[in-house]
Amino acid sequence: METCEERTALSDRYVAAIDQGTASSRCLVFDQQGRIVSLSQKEHEQIFPRPGWVEHDPQEILRNVVQVVRGALDSGGLDFRDLVAIGIANQRETTVVWDRRTGQPVHNAIVWQDTRTDGLVRRLGAEHGQDRFRDRCGLPLATYFSGPKVSWLLDSAPGLRRRAEDGELLFGTMDSWLVWNLTGRHVTDVTNASRTMLMNLETLDWDDTLLAAIGVPRVMLPTIQPSSRIYGEAVGSLGGVPIAAALGDQQAALFGQTCFSAGEAKCTYGTGSFLLLNTGNRPVRSGHGLLTTVGCKIGDEPATYALEGSIAVTGSLVQWFRDKVGLIGSAPEVETLARTVEDNGGIYFVPAFSGLFAPHWRGDARGVIAGLTGYVTKGHLARAVLEATAWQTREVVDAMNADSGIELTSLKADGGMTANNLLMQFLADVLAVPVVRPIVAETVSLGAAYAAGLAVGFWPDTETLRANWHKAAEWLPQMDGSARDKGYRKWKKAVQRTLDWVDDDDD
Amino acid sequence: MLRLLSGRSGRLSLAELTGELGLPKGTVYGIVRTLISVGFVEQDPESGKYRTGAALLHLGSSYLDGNELRARALNWSDWLAARTNESVRLGTLHDGQVLVVHHVFRPDNSPQVLEVGALLPVHATAMGKVLLAHHPYLADELGNNDALPRFTTSTITDPGLLTLELERVREQGWASEVQELIDGEASCAAPIRDRRGIIVGAIAISGPIDRLCEGSEPHSKLIAAVREGARTISRDLGAVPW
Repeated sequence: METCEERTALSDRYVAAIDQGTASSRCLVFDQQGRIVSLSQKEHEQIFPRPGWVEHDPQEILRNVVQVVRGALDSGGLDFRDLVAIGIANQRETTVVWDRRTGQPVHNAIVWQDTRTDGLVRRLGAEHGQDRFRDRCGLPLATYFSGPKVSWLLDSAPGLRRRAEDGELLFGTMDSWLVWNLTGRHVTDVTNASRTMLMNLETLDWDDTLLAAIGVPRVMLPTIQPSSRIYGEAVGSLGGVPIAAALGDQQAALFGQTCFSAGEAKCTYGTGSFLLLNTGNRPVRSGHGLLTTVGCKIGDEPATYALEGSIAVTGSLVQWFRDKVGLIGSAPEVETLARTVEDNGGIYFVPAFSGLFAPHWRGDARGVIAGLTGYVTKGHLARAVLEATAWQTREVVDAMNADSGIELTSLKADGGMTANNLLMQFLADVLAVPVVRPIVAETVSLGAAYAAGLAVGFWPDTETLRANWHKAAEWLPQMDGSARDKGYRKWKKAVQRTLDWVDDDDD
Repeated sequence: MLRLLSGRSGRLSLAELTGELGLPKGTVYGIVRTLISVGFVEQDPESGKYRTGAALLHLGSSYLDGNELRARALNWSDWLAARTNESVRLGTLHDGQVLVVHHVFRPDNSPQVLEVGALLPVHATAMGKVLLAHHPYLADELGNNDALPRFTTSTITDPGLLTLELERVREQGWASEVQELIDGEASCAAPIRDRRGIIVGAIAISGPIDRLCEGSEPHSKLIAAVREGARTISRDLGAVPW
């Protein structure tokens, strides 16, 4: 048992989580009860060099990360000595290649949403199909994952591939890029590695067959580490605090929702939305378009696996509606506009902006608004924008039920869109199960903080963390079954109308 | 005239107003008196010059979309519920009542029902008192009634007593309500301000009196937490810390 003195000392200290996301970098500081103490965030530029291409500046992201950590400490009246550890959760798959000697990226980061590897991915699947590598890495061939992005990047300028083979260049997802810059170590965590298409799910090591097929030299890859372990102490401006965890953001949210046991699931509603189901210590292969991925690995314990349904466009559809259509001034106003009408007016909006992710995995799909008539108003459009998120979740839940053989009985939801009551109610309606929001909606950051805190002994075990989980809101299904079935039928018809839109001669 | 007064950083005298408007002095003075009586214009007691009044700010410009308020207050409402172990509500004025725009359950995993969209009486809730205290015209309107609706034996039904209570709320910067809506229940609220310092909503915790109260008032540490939550949300909305 700990002494009283130790308890006091620890309970006065905090864990910081860096959430390096697609739109912004954030830092949240948590106390020992898992409560938010302070927060700071900064958006970074989204670079769109061509339709379908999305890039970030890795140096800008690094600067922002250091800035938000300081910002969060300042606003909480804290300094580095108050922190026991820093954990990182990051946008997954986004790919950085940099010069080992100078530390300079050789190209902007290629973001997970980017579709430039479409041709490469199709060539890789030409004779063998989309599931060519599924047995080894758990993933279908898609533009989403890092491996093909690295390969594209190495071929994007003369000499890069040779420099990579000579060991001059390093590859990393955002976790690697940050940890390398903060501690000098070239490592990645096993959850991030499981999104590259380069890691073998059984051995949890880089797979030579995959490396050769996709064209990525092993010498440029980081060492794969557990998600929760001290990687090193932050040098320079972050004052020696141990960097003690890294997880892909969605795996971090699964951890933050305390889904530690097989059968527990959560869905995080952000730019995209991601439903993850913990499947315990064995990888479950999907027959219904889901991904098999690593959930987390705590120190030397065996890895936990997860089934994942990834939806590319949910919150970003609301942002598009705000920024590109201009019918609303802020994202929350979509609910206000949607409540000016009773229903969707018969329209369905399938936002296949960069193809469809789970469970379809169709890169040739593009968005449609189906069912338009002269009756439709902007209020109906706002409804359809929100409903798109719920119907896409329904498709993923159906796939999850089929793959796991377990029916979902309630959905733990988190992320910024849980502030939208109309959406949460509609979600409960179309899933026909209660939707529950935990008291910390910031589960991505909380998960990274939990993993980092476990690594340094700030929390003794996962059971302690479970006691911090509390229900903050619950939405119960109210829609009648026939309305639900009819809506889902129309949604599926709308999805059919998105397919086979992209032709070979399209840019 | 209002445009003139709001367009200058300084204040205008009656002579300046008359000159700018090109109207007879008597007419301008009549308009000014009318605007002062409804609070749209104020007269500086020292210089005697005129400026726009606080009530003008409540017209349209003080409106913050309830959905926007909920989204912006999400983290710190959770924080307040976790900190106090009580349920949290955010409210705005709507047709003379308090509209619940956000509700965080008491974090004990007990069965609770989401009350977003519910309308609560202004004079019998802590949120209502906070909002009324800074909305003199609605308060005056209530004051014209002989008696306000009674919910319990503790409900303030006398408009005169309510006026005194609202003065106290304005002075102390928070409001409480002890068994005034439901027997055995209490609540405590503080105002949320935007970057112009205008009150756009109220945040409250509520629960049974044996947990919330110490004698006839909420525990001081609970009041402090509610006020800190309100200040943090206000700061996120751009309000200058006070």
